[in-house]
Amino acid sequence: MGRLFAIEIIYRGIYQKTLARNISRAIVLAAHKEGKPGISFGRYGDSPERNGIPAKSFAIVASDNVTLEEGMAKYEPKEVDITISVDDTLCKGVESWAWYGLQPVNKLLKPGGTLIVTSRENAEALIAMSHAKTDPYQLAIIKGTPSFSGLWVYKDDHTDVRILGAIAKVLPDLFSLKSVQAAIMDEWKDSLKSTSAARAYERTTSITVKPGQGNPEVPYKFDFPKWHEMGEGIAIPSITHGKPMEDPTTHVQGGYKPDRNPTFKKYTTRTMRPVVNFDTCIKCTLCWLQCPDSCFDVTPEGLYDANMQACCGCGVCEAVCPVEKCVTMVNETEFKDNASQWEAWRKDKEGYKTWLELKIKSPAPRSHGFRYLGQYEEQVPEMLEIAKEG
Amino acid sequence: MAPVATAPVEEQRKIEETALITGSEAIAVACKLADVDVITAYPIRPYDTVMQYICKLVANGDMDCEYIVAEGEHSQFEIVKHASACGARVFCGSSGVGWMYAMEALTVTPALRIPMIAMVGNRALDDPGAFGVEHNDALTVRDLGWQLVWVDSAQEALDTALIAYRVAEDRRIFLPCALSCDGAFLTHSQSLVNIPSQEKVNQFLPRYNRADLLLHPDNPITVAPQGNEDWVMEIRRQNYAAMERTYGVIKEAYADFERIFGRSYGNPFFEEYMTEDADIVLMGMGTLSTPVKVAIRKMRAEGKKVGFVRLRWFRPFAAEDLAKCLGRFSAVGVIDRDYSFGSPYLGGVLAGEVRNALYPSPGKKPPVLDFIAGLGGREVTVPDVEKITASVYQAAAGKPQPLTQWIGLRE
Repeated sequence: MGRLFAIEIIYRGIYQKTLARNISRAIVLAAHKEGKPGISFGRYGDSPERNGIPAKSFAIVASDNVTLEEGMAKYEPKEVDITISVDDTLCKGVESWAWYGLQPVNKLLKPGGTLIVTSRENAEALIAMSHAKTDPYQLAIIKGTPSFSGLWVYKDDHTDVRILGAIAKVLPDLFSLKSVQAAIMDEWKDSLKSTSAARAYERTTSITVKPGQGNPEVPYKFDFPKWHEMGEGIAIPSITHGKPMEDPTTHVQGGYKPDRNPTFKKYTTRTMRPVVNFDTCIKCTLCWLQCPDSCFDVTPEGLYDANMQACCGCGVCEAVCPVEKCVTMVNETEFKDNASQWEAWRKDKEGYKTWLELKIKSPAPRSHGFRYLGQYEEQVPEMLEIAKEG
Repeated sequence: MAPVATAPVEEQRKIEETALITGSEAIAVACKLADVDVITAYPIRPYDTVMQYICKLVANGDMDCEYIVAEGEHSQFEIVKHASACGARVFCGSSGVGWMYAMEALTVTPALRIPMIAMVGNRALDDPGAFGVEHNDALTVRDLGWQLVWVDSAQEALDTALIAYRVAEDRRIFLPCALSCDGAFLTHSQSLVNIPSQEKVNQFLPRYNRADLLLHPDNPITVAPQGNEDWVMEIRRQNYAAMERTYGVIKEAYADFERIFGRSYGNPFFEEYMTEDADIVLMGMGTLSTPVKVAIRKMRAEGKKVGFVRLRWFRPFAAEDLAKCLGRFSAVGVIDRDYSFGSPYLGGVLAGEVRNALYPSPGKKPPVLDFIAGLGGREVTVPDVEKITASVYQAAAGKPQPLTQWIGLRE
């Protein structure tokens, strides 16, 4: 049998659907320049038409047709040479719509394989977000703001070709930079894109992530029940009712915290999270009413605490809040856990205020789908500059 | 008006009577005796006769139920599906393309293990618009987990409706059942029917207990969440097991029916008529049994040993029993009041199932000829049956016959 190459692209539904498809297709086309056959496909169980939902595309390439067929015999590869995460917040975990529980971003990586991430974060931050593995792997960063666009529009900021250039560098057996550039010219007829691929090729370096390095959390696991162990009638226990919240300082109980699905967390859909200024909140209830994921817990004093296990980061709360800077969306990379903001505020109001101001000021920009008009026009020139100059 | 003297309730419960009613009315009476909780209706001929009779029972104060006229068949079947999930005993029904319009609801009903009882007034599928009987409407659900039973008299319609509730609502089963009644021949003709006492019906038919699957605030469950490829196969396997169990539960129910009501149907799955000494047999479902039986008596007088096998339960299909039965004869002629265009040997649905049942049988495998007849409500006549029999005899004698023949066609 010849050699089989498998590459997965982990992306966010709608915002990065076209980006992922472009990368996946171009991998196959570049390999084809060297006579290698391949296929490109999206994971069917995903729902790439849902905002921000983690989803996957795969490119399978082989040295010959028979080997390719061996690779195609299993629908989804069990291990990959390269994992591409086109959004750095996906390093926190991938919870597909076709639910398998929250899974590590690097789960399918072979020992010694490479995780390529588009990010403005440094390697340390990305490693800390990603689950630890028992085998070493490589990490390569494509510097830049994760590229987000819409379902019908494509933001051509060269992220696609920069990733292709990086692949040629970290896995030269798959294809050369020359083949990548030939494929780019066929597909896009844009010599600037070809240049961006070459720049990425020249600059890409990777560092070794050692066994055990990273987020120590044990990835979610569960056993599938046998057919006769499952309940009948496609009926499952409902999510139970909620209960009052407890003030961490006074232990007064009140408000309402709805019970949520204990296994389907939803939060890996999030790329930005709301931070709430409880001192300026006027308790108007709008965030709580409008949140499409019912993520706001009602505190004993009638404030609204965005629960980070349930928040998908859509930004509706920020949009509907009538008080300036009471709810502010902040890049998810700025946070290390899903702890309650309200509890932190209750325990130390001054400390919380300092933390809040720091978070709101923190520069890490992010494209967030529809966040504000004109965002693409601002970001594309900036990204092209990064592609050119590094 | 002077008050009418009525017997005390305990006495009324013991009353058994004979009434001149149609097959549809017999099913309406069964609904009353079964004390059905929720009934949905939407008119289409010939099913609409049932909804009219039930409506009259409710209006006369003889029956207490939620009677909902939906805005179409899809809603009609969805409403009872949900009511059944909430623990209500339900009834509904339709015909022809009305049944087809409800198809999405019909599809999800067995998957959710809903013991819905539906009357299908068999009617030709449009186009052309036609009222007459064809079995293709009910047969469309044959692969989905619906139990399917054909009856040929008003008495059998009433009795089978009670049996259907008993079987469908058995916790081991929880699958819907469609009672198929030939349009016109059964739904619109009156005959004398013994109406059993309420007391006996109560003895035969326990209350519907949805148990752990009850959709109720005290039993908070989510029904029909999305399940991907990791779950669907196991869910299908559960329905397979439930359908497998129907065979035994139906037998139990018929045995109990005989014990309580004193009326026996023998083998629940198919009726054998004059088969004991038969050389060849004819086979079919529903009311064509009448002309076939008359023709058989006529032919027997002429010395032809012909028998008849009338299949009642199409799902479950008692394949082993049937193969054993048919193995006794030298040829079989299946009369299909349906079609399955492009199917193996271009035959009808029933003939295909019969051949399928015979193939793995260790016993004798007689040749099976198929006769498409009586479509769109056309009568199957005594001469038709004689013509069919002649061909079956030829096959029995080893003379090649066309595997599928159209009978009663202008040609």
